[in-house]
Amino acid sequence: MQFGIFTVGDVTPDPTTGRTPTEAERLKSLVTIALKAEEVGLDVFAQGQHHNPPFVVSSPTTTLGYIAARTEKLVLSTSTTLITTTDPVKIAEDFATLQHVADGRVDLMMGRGNTGPVYPWFGKDIRDGIPLAVENYQLLRRLWREDVVDWSGQFRTPLQGFTSTPRPLDGVPPFVWHGSIRSPQIAEQAAYYGDGFFHNHIFWPASHTQQMVEFYRRRFEHYGHGSADQAIVGLGGQVFMRKNSQDAVEEFRPYFDVAPVYGHGPSLEEFTSQTPLTVGSPQQVIERTLGFRDYVGDYQRQLFLMDHAGLPLKTVLEQLDILGEEVVPVLRREFAALKPAHVPDAPTHASLVAAAGGGHDTTVHAVDDVTGRTVESATR
Amino acid sequence: MTTRTIAVVSAGLSNPSSTRLLADRLATATVEALRARGDDATVEVVELREHARDLADHLTSGFANKSLQAAIDTVVGADAVIAVTPVFSASYSGLFKTFFDVVDKDALIGTPVLLGATAGTARHSLVVEYAMRPLFAYLRAVPVPTGVFAASEDWAGGGDTALVGRVERAAGELADVLLGRPAGTRPADPFADPTTSFEELLKGS
Repeated sequence: MQFGIFTVGDVTPDPTTGRTPTEAERLKSLVTIALKAEEVGLDVFAQGQHHNPPFVVSSPTTTLGYIAARTEKLVLSTSTTLITTTDPVKIAEDFATLQHVADGRVDLMMGRGNTGPVYPWFGKDIRDGIPLAVENYQLLRRLWREDVVDWSGQFRTPLQGFTSTPRPLDGVPPFVWHGSIRSPQIAEQAAYYGDGFFHNHIFWPASHTQQMVEFYRRRFEHYGHGSADQAIVGLGGQVFMRKNSQDAVEEFRPYFDVAPVYGHGPSLEEFTSQTPLTVGSPQQVIERTLGFRDYVGDYQRQLFLMDHAGLPLKTVLEQLDILGEEVVPVLRREFAALKPAHVPDAPTHASLVAAAGGGHDTTVHAVDDVTGRTVESATR
Repeated sequence: MTTRTIAVVSAGLSNPSSTRLLADRLATATVEALRARGDDATVEVVELREHARDLADHLTSGFANKSLQAAIDTVVGADAVIAVTPVFSASYSGLFKTFFDVVDKDALIGTPVLLGATAGTARHSLVVEYAMRPLFAYLRAVPVPTGVFAASEDWAGGGDTALVGRVERAAGELADVLLGRPAGTRPADPFADPTTSFEELLKGS
């Protein structure tokens, strides 16, 4: 099982000091947090994509590429990549490039984005969210899998004889997860392709997660990718820990009370009972997290949200120390002991290359002006 | 004999409240009207005052807690709804509106509804028509033609025969609408297997 962290990349004032980090500080802190994740033995760092304040993560592969250069093992992912408003051609190019510079330590998670005003900035309409996700992702798959693409659709200018470069590393596209809180169509999409399904599993009751994962597993089996319990499931989670449970509650409450998304509503106590948020001792986090399996089954990836609501970098790094040293080693051991042998691990570049019968170079060369050979004839 | 479920939504704030009083009269008259037509009914009351904080929390958190979810399930699962609000600032109360704000917009499509309102003065007497009916038209519910408005003077003295007549007429209309319908219809399950295949979705794109 993979463990990691995901960030939305928000710039939020620290409510205890009133101080707001600069964009430069926040971007650098994302890098520091990612490096810390690798240092404490986590497997995955995933970063969001937003195109509006108060976020700094409009260009995910820039940050992820930099992190790739400074890490050895960490898998770089997204939470999420906006498949609705980002040109699939640009996603294909950016993430194939990232695959090459990161030696394959890349996967990504597709999301629609729920901020209405963002869509028109990219010539889109939020009411087309599902059709955009369906059409754009189908094109993205073809761009990674076919050297020369002829395509036309509803939302993008047609493509004639288009080759997305660079081609995916070893001829194997990055593994894709699809994230959605409440839309069965997206779980259906993940199941149809045999891709992974990720539920953010924060801010909402676990019943939402359970319904979506059950549906995805059932449809994964329907489409013939394996049995329902072999479907590839990822979950989010949100924790704040101190050695003594009450210290965690006292320290986190001022951040909770005014947090973006859920602040000014239910109390911390109500929210922790109604959603998967856990504020307490490392042991409490271990027990709560092991309990996720009771309603989603054996799953492949657990990501935690650790750095939002204005928590200072120093605190986040302390949290990552606790997570890496006291929580994840226990979770790794316990989950592994529970997982039946026929349940697969999350796909990695290495496992996908092996499944494809080994890597092969798929570089597409330009039309040769001496022999006249075209891309099409060279690849057929 | 078919047993119908009727959900009563009352947005009254005091105890006793004239809103609840009107809601109870409408519910009782509806049960009697159904029995007179050979059916029966069970009545479940949702007092919105008990969910005032739950509703405010829903606005910020985006989801219903268990207590509010049970109330919502009661209303969207009922065969008919009797919805009664006090008039605040010339319209339904904010509490009443907030409840119907957090009910899924498609959950009451085709549900027969009896509308009622109470106020301190008869000058609000068209509130059912100009405020409540548009709301339930948006929800594509089926409000019966008679809405029942009761002002303070309707409760005064013993001469409330006009109110009694309106209550009975409205209840009779609700019973008549219910008679033609199967009992126990529920909203479609979004997690049922899709009726449109994913291949169709791809072609449509």
